[in-house]
Amino acid sequence: MRAPGSNAGVAAGDVLLAVENVSLRFGGVKAITDVSFDIRKGEIRAIIGPNGAGKTSMLNVINGFYHPQEGRITFKGRTRSRMRPYVAASQGIARTFQNVALFKGMTTLDNIMAGRTLKMKRGFFWQMLRHGPALAEEIEHRRQVEEIIDFLEIEHIRKVPVGRLPYGLQKRVELGRALAMEPELLLLDEPMAGMNLEEKEDMCRFILDVNNQFGTTIALIEHDMGVVMDLSDRVVVLEYGRKIADGVPDEVKRDQKVIDAYLGVAH
Amino acid sequence: MFYREAGQFKTTYAADMAVFPILQDKIGIAVIVAAAVLLPFLGAAGIVSPQTQNFLLQVVAIPFLIFSLASIGLNLLTGYTGLLSLGTAGFMGVGAYACYKLTTYFPGVNIIVWVLASGFFAAGIGVVFGLPSLRIKGFYLAVATLAAQFFLQWCFIRIPWLYNENASGAIEVPQRTLLGVPVTGPTATAETRYFVVLAIVAGLTWIASNLVHGRIGRSWMAVRDMDIAAELMGIKLFDTKLLAFAVSSFYCGVAGALLVFLWYGGAEPEVFSINQSFLILFMVIIGGLGSLVGSYFGAALIYILPIVLRLLPESLGIPIGGATIEHLTFMIVGALIIFFLIVEPHGLARLWQIGKQKLRTWPFPY
Repeated sequence: MRAPGSNAGVAAGDVLLAVENVSLRFGGVKAITDVSFDIRKGEIRAIIGPNGAGKTSMLNVINGFYHPQEGRITFKGRTRSRMRPYVAASQGIARTFQNVALFKGMTTLDNIMAGRTLKMKRGFFWQMLRHGPALAEEIEHRRQVEEIIDFLEIEHIRKVPVGRLPYGLQKRVELGRALAMEPELLLLDEPMAGMNLEEKEDMCRFILDVNNQFGTTIALIEHDMGVVMDLSDRVVVLEYGRKIADGVPDEVKRDQKVIDAYLGVAH
Repeated sequence: MFYREAGQFKTTYAADMAVFPILQDKIGIAVIVAAAVLLPFLGAAGIVSPQTQNFLLQVVAIPFLIFSLASIGLNLLTGYTGLLSLGTAGFMGVGAYACYKLTTYFPGVNIIVWVLASGFFAAGIGVVFGLPSLRIKGFYLAVATLAAQFFLQWCFIRIPWLYNENASGAIEVPQRTLLGVPVTGPTATAETRYFVVLAIVAGLTWIASNLVHGRIGRSWMAVRDMDIAAELMGIKLFDTKLLAFAVSSFYCGVAGALLVFLWYGGAEPEVFSINQSFLILFMVIIGGLGSLVGSYFGAALIYILPIVLRLLPESLGIPIGGATIEHLTFMIVGALIIFFLIVEPHGLARLWQIGKQKLRTWPFPY
């Protein structure tokens, strides 16, 4: 697989995505209030916080599913305020979901192949014939998808409809589908929720490998603090839609506001 | 024992991605195609009487193929893309009337060209009535397509231009020839019409199979299974849904044109009523949503089974009155539909798949 983002004009360590003063409201409910942070190229950035802190909303803002009322988002040096999710996808932002959002009726292979839709160029005419260029393209992408399948060690479930797979494997297929997009920024929404220890360790290994081998920048939401502190380079902490801390794991761990947010304070 | 892929190793992705990757399936499909091609020669070979031959083609095979084509069309929309439509008959009617007008204005052009071209008119109308699908889905979309059904049928009745101001309000198919052989009209033989229908239906099935096995089919199924995730992966929902409406309506339109030109030989607007839409929808549901072979199964169960049931008592020598047979047929078909849906809610196609899986491990299923 080609290292994703190798053609981008952003060098490792530079800011890949900057969120500036973003506020998001649903009617009177303030989901996110004036949050700013950045994600640097090549890092693993964790977003943590108690339930309802606005973490998932933040991801939805980043990949264009929600449009914030205020604030700016700059990805790869380009600032945008409103964009459709498929534009975000075409710029190189992929994501997985908190509740697995796979295409249940399709096989593992088709799910991951679907992740390559944007890379496939042959039009309706050739698709209709499924010969010549369309077939060549299909085979080329199949080869790359097989590399992802190999990487995630899911060869045995290649042709199984994903609806029949156990939860842990579904999460892995979903990661595969996101990887198939060759993203520059990968958003993972609780990749380890509901997994047992062994599955969690596998998933951690895959996340680190993705980051190391492909150089993919990763933003992840996770509740398992052990995982967060081990994996991530930097952590941003949200509470009630506001940012309360931002820094390397050790700093954040000792931050009094973070401890209060998680353990509660006596009033 | 006989049906298994042991020993058939795939060495290329092309072989693995083939629509029929197993050798036995390839043989099976070849046998079916050969049987379909040889069917009209049964009479000439003296195996069946000319009357039976004509009955087989005119009453069984031609309509079965046409209904299968319409089912495939609806299946692409409802089964593959997950958009429920009740406008099938309306879109079929657009195809039929478009073909009628085209051949009226340009009688010199080959009728088969117009049958296929009329599909594009249906596709255009389908896209227009598919526009609401971006905002609504499920039952609400079904209601929106119901509007298409009623509006189009109203057009077929109220716009005399569509049926050339014919006093009876019906369209009558003129005679058209292909290479000197009559294809439509009263003088066309059942054999000729059968071959034309078979060629068109087989060709369009092949194209549908290609579409659903490639990028476009995956986009359709992605929209069906999880539209939010599909959009976040770069699939444009609007374009994908409208393409599904266009292709689906094209198939329905061609089926409608075939229905009138190569089967009925003439039609009243009543042919394209809501009942026809429901009939096709039931074929798709019972055959199996999201399965091309299921469309054929569904058409066979709903269309051919009643014919067989009607003929059965007579051929077995059981004296039952015609009216009784009619009632019995309704009861048996109804009971069978319920039976099949209880046994396998995902339709006959799933049943077929399970059967194949069982066969693969038979006789030692462990």
